[in-house]
Amino acid sequence: MAMILSPDQQAMLNGEKGDVMAKVMKTLVLYGETFGAEKMVPVTGGCGHLVTSFGLSVMKPVYALMDQLIDSGVLSGQKFTADPRPLDKNVPKSMLQDLFFHVMYSKQADYEKQLQTLGLLSEDSFTCACYLDQVGNKPKEGDVLSWAESSAVVYANSVLGARSNRNSGILELFGSIAGCVPYFGLLTDAGRKATWIVEVKTTKKPKAQILGSAIGMKVMEEVPFVRGLSDFIGTELNDDATAYLKDFGAATASNGAVGLYHIEHLTPEAKELGESLIATNAKTYVIDDAELERVKSSYPVMWKNPDAEPKLCFVGCPHLSLKQLHDWTTALSDALVKSGRTKVAVPTVFTSPVTVQREFEKTADYQKLTGMGVILSYICPLMYMNNPLCGKMPVVTNSNKLRTYTTARYHTDAEILNILSKGGN
Amino acid sequence: MSKTFQGRVVVPGSATAQALVSKQGFNTLASFQKALMFKDKNAKCSDQNNPELYEKPMHGAALCLPQTIGSTTGGMVLFCAAALGQQPACLLFSKPIDSLAAAGAILADVWTDVSMPVVDNLGEEFLSYVTTGVSVEVKADGTVIVG
Repeated sequence: MAMILSPDQQAMLNGEKGDVMAKVMKTLVLYGETFGAEKMVPVTGGCGHLVTSFGLSVMKPVYALMDQLIDSGVLSGQKFTADPRPLDKNVPKSMLQDLFFHVMYSKQADYEKQLQTLGLLSEDSFTCACYLDQVGNKPKEGDVLSWAESSAVVYANSVLGARSNRNSGILELFGSIAGCVPYFGLLTDAGRKATWIVEVKTTKKPKAQILGSAIGMKVMEEVPFVRGLSDFIGTELNDDATAYLKDFGAATASNGAVGLYHIEHLTPEAKELGESLIATNAKTYVIDDAELERVKSSYPVMWKNPDAEPKLCFVGCPHLSLKQLHDWTTALSDALVKSGRTKVAVPTVFTSPVTVQREFEKTADYQKLTGMGVILSYICPLMYMNNPLCGKMPVVTNSNKLRTYTTARYHTDAEILNILSKGGN
Repeated sequence: MSKTFQGRVVVPGSATAQALVSKQGFNTLASFQKALMFKDKNAKCSDQNNPELYEKPMHGAALCLPQTIGSTTGGMVLFCAAALGQQPACLLFSKPIDSLAAAGAILADVWTDVSMPVVDNLGEEFLSYVTTGVSVEVKADGTVIVG
């Protein structure tokens, strides 16, 4: 079915704003037509967000495409944030690993210049958790977005009530350039109906990372309506609940392909529309303690030597919120005191947005955290682990997303605290 | 003996190639990562979690899949593979195409000179019938002849 375009959109497609803009529009139109979109809708969110933040030397076609856009004056109509940088000199690495990093990401500086020209919000705009208050890219309920980063898309849709499809890198930039996106999928009311009911019947608060993983693996790209979780995390979207949902959502999106979930009595659409969000013939998935244990024990250990002692620990994928930084500082301090240590037993990196770190640095917890030997970084742990030499290291993490995409080994928060305060594996 | 399947054309074109079949979701980033990194023209699949494809050359193959999975950089990765001449001969999906694969296929179509026909909705029977190594012919109208 051919899409009906507005006069402006048709003019772009016809080449009235140049050949490159015509190709941008053609890409968006073909993309929309593939999914039966009948029209484009304006992007109304204040900022875009790009999933591609890394100047990986092998991505030359992307940089060539960016040059085409820039040379033709086809820039983003809205400012955008971008995923975290792949390099941070503060994160531990060997000389050889460092050398490899500089070869791998040799285009980083050039690429960041391209991003600035195209419309990067600021030098500090590199984070996957762009929706945190301190970053300056928090969409409003009902905003239409052109985003791709899976953890950000699922958070914006579910927790903030904004609307974005789970787009691919580059496509999301094209939406920000054209100022419109094809209307299908999670932009529509019908596409936001839940086709799965998830009944949480655990005896205690489920681990966000494992619950998200279980749901993601079960429902894949479909929309779950989760019952029973608000008994554990409450009915208000406070700092604790949003931090939980951030990590839960990232696990649903990486272990599956979830772009939207509804939490009964908690997330905005579930509060407003209740069970009318559930589609006819929705399937049911019951999660109890045994199911969570089954899911956790199914994770493969990708280390060459499964009994190796960890060489590095990453906490913060997606990036940590300010509240999470404070909570981890307290928990880690308590664990070290109990084990009679003053410093972490394993080199440890906590990752969060630069702007969150600035707020954190103003508090006493900053000295406390760094005093325990923890490194605070803005890096993308996933990009770090993509270095083949780092991928061979025994790295532990509390992130199910990092576990899914790399050789890092998943542990619960409690297990991580145990490793950091006592050593061993 | 050949069998004919009818799908929906996502990216038009025709091709004849040997099938390379994955019954599980195709992780585009994990599959092409090493080929892109080490400039492997054969594009040997680097996804260790996909035993059907791991270390098999994807360049020039008729890649037969249910859908793609994994990172939302997937479409960009497929576009890069095409721009660098590492692309499959065609992509054949048993299910409706997902948004990441669609983006990659369309980016390759609009922004490169490469021909990589893409057909989706071929049905579960297609993926049950087709086997790695068998000849596959894709016609411009979305007809796929296996064997």
